[in-house]
Amino acid sequence: MATLELRGIRKSFGDVHVLHGIDLQVAEGEFIVIVGASGCGKSTLLRIVAGLETATEGRVLIGGVDVTRLEPKDRDIAMVFQNYALYPHMSVFDNMAYGLRIRGLPRAEIEQRVRRTAEMLGLGELLRRKPRELSGGQRQRVAMGRAIVREPKLFLFDEPLSNLDAKLRVQMRAEIKRLQRRLGVTSLYVTHDQVEAMTLGDRLVVMNGGRAEQVATPMEVWREPANMYVAGFIGAPAMNFLHGRLCSEGNAVDLRAGCAIALAAPPAGVKDAEVTVGIRPEHVRIVGNGTVGAIPLKVDLVEPLGAESLIHGILPSGEGLTVRASDCSPFAGTTLPVVLPAEHLHLFGEDGRRLRLAHARSATARVRAGA
Amino acid sequence: MRKKVIFPQIGLPYLLLLPQLAITSVFFFLPAGQAIWFSFLRQDAFGIRTEFVGFENFVELVQDPLYLESLWITLVFSFWVTALAMSVALGLAVLADRHIRGATAYKTLLIWPYAIAPAVAAVLWIFIFHPQVGLLGRFLNGIGVAWDYKLNGTQALITVVVASAWKQVSYNFLFFLAGLQSIPRSVLEAAAIDGASPARRFWTVVFPLLSPTTFFLLVINLTYAFFDTFGVIDALTKGGPAKATTTLIYRAYIDGRVNLDLGSSSAQSVVLMLAVIALTAVQFRFIERKVHY
Repeated sequence: MATLELRGIRKSFGDVHVLHGIDLQVAEGEFIVIVGASGCGKSTLLRIVAGLETATEGRVLIGGVDVTRLEPKDRDIAMVFQNYALYPHMSVFDNMAYGLRIRGLPRAEIEQRVRRTAEMLGLGELLRRKPRELSGGQRQRVAMGRAIVREPKLFLFDEPLSNLDAKLRVQMRAEIKRLQRRLGVTSLYVTHDQVEAMTLGDRLVVMNGGRAEQVATPMEVWREPANMYVAGFIGAPAMNFLHGRLCSEGNAVDLRAGCAIALAAPPAGVKDAEVTVGIRPEHVRIVGNGTVGAIPLKVDLVEPLGAESLIHGILPSGEGLTVRASDCSPFAGTTLPVVLPAEHLHLFGEDGRRLRLAHARSATARVRAGA
Repeated sequence: MRKKVIFPQIGLPYLLLLPQLAITSVFFFLPAGQAIWFSFLRQDAFGIRTEFVGFENFVELVQDPLYLESLWITLVFSFWVTALAMSVALGLAVLADRHIRGATAYKTLLIWPYAIAPAVAAVLWIFIFHPQVGLLGRFLNGIGVAWDYKLNGTQALITVVVASAWKQVSYNFLFFLAGLQSIPRSVLEAAAIDGASPARRFWTVVFPLLSPTTFFLLVINLTYAFFDTFGVIDALTKGGPAKATTTLIYRAYIDGRVNLDLGSSSAQSVVLMLAVIALTAVQFRFIERKVHY
């Protein structure tokens, strides 16, 4: 167990700049998930922490010690690879014992540690098998076991679940979380799957184009995304974005779709500007015909998911809007009146950054303003 | 179930097989059959009388101390050619596998020796090993080592081993390089994170994972050393001095073409043929079983 600190990590491959200065502080035992689309530099960042790549600039500190110039073997870390990277010619036991043998541990202790870890992961019966005789889930577990048995300072996970089928992935996800809690080892987990990110991480690092767009807890990222990229990336289905313009001294936003919504407070420092209004599909309310301030949504496509339905429609402005509704399954072609509640709106400036409201008013004031 | 292709006429499939069968018949089955037949015959020196002698040619071979001597020479020769060609090739492949500048040029240069005819290769080595004109030969004599592969049997053997191995290095290099590049990078990275030093990674991960390639090359190289080194030996030492470099294949040639003892030469060819078949059988047996993983 140890802390991890990244200071201004930059990486370039020739003229291609992959990372543009990443700073991160990870507390002891914390589970950090680095999430982003493919090509955002998240795996490169992880490999720099592992020592498999060297940073062009910046420093990596594990447990307060600068390891930037150290080889992977001297960093006391363990890594779980996307393709598991098991040694194909070794049995499960030997795969797990490999690192311990190199450290020159006594035979009895190796035996004991491997058996204990194998029991914990339900691999007790499989120790003599070769990797090719295992299922995908079992291989995944062996890869985990190989990391755990070493009792490293830091766990690194490089998309460890992406080669598993959907059902197994959900199961292993819960298992990884449970194990990490139990072992309390500081972990860095890379994924492109935002559900994995939300469910696993104590904190998320949302990356885009080699930059950390936001570092915060999953709920913070969901409730207050720092910019449009994060807002659109986290949450499924993705947040709706609509064109709007601030009006009445910034106290309301005039949507191109054809309605003005009073805000709880004007955004700090802006009174009159083009803005992008974001609202999550689950926050759009379907209301009765004739409701004041409702916008007509022409239903284009309905995707029933069982407990709820996704309604894709088109607003009068021609902009698309997705609604997640639990008790409504209209036919395509019909028109639904919808309301966008002011308290769930996210405002983004022209540069894509979140506009913070000047000061939060009390709940009653917000209701009055909304009415 | 294997899918069967149905031909409308019975003749077409045979017609399609004919060219391959014809080539194999003319160039393999016919001469091989002839060799087997001749191995049971004995001709006089002028080829006038031929008589059937059964297994006598084989019996004489087994009883001939010179034949057993050349069997031993062949084993020593093959062992060293294979060991040298494979270890040098593996070393070069490991070096080439690291990302170095101009890797393509380096690889191309390494493959050239394979394209050189055995006789040309031999001439090249004469210019290195010859006691009077060779670079190394002159140097060795200069520092007081009595080097002359035309007089010293051991030195002759070293010369043909080096020349034969050199020609095979490029072939082995190609296969080892392909083998190395098919090892997943992440497996090596996992070993590095597990704390293994480069040397340890090589011996505990890379080498075992290369074993199918290694085994394949072992068989190929033994076959090469046994049967394909005639040209090098003929051009460099002609089997001498005092038969020190007379391998089985060279002896079969000498007895048949030079001494015109067709019976004995045929018997020797049959023995060699059985050896090839044995080597091939071993290869298929083991490759089916997968060597290490």
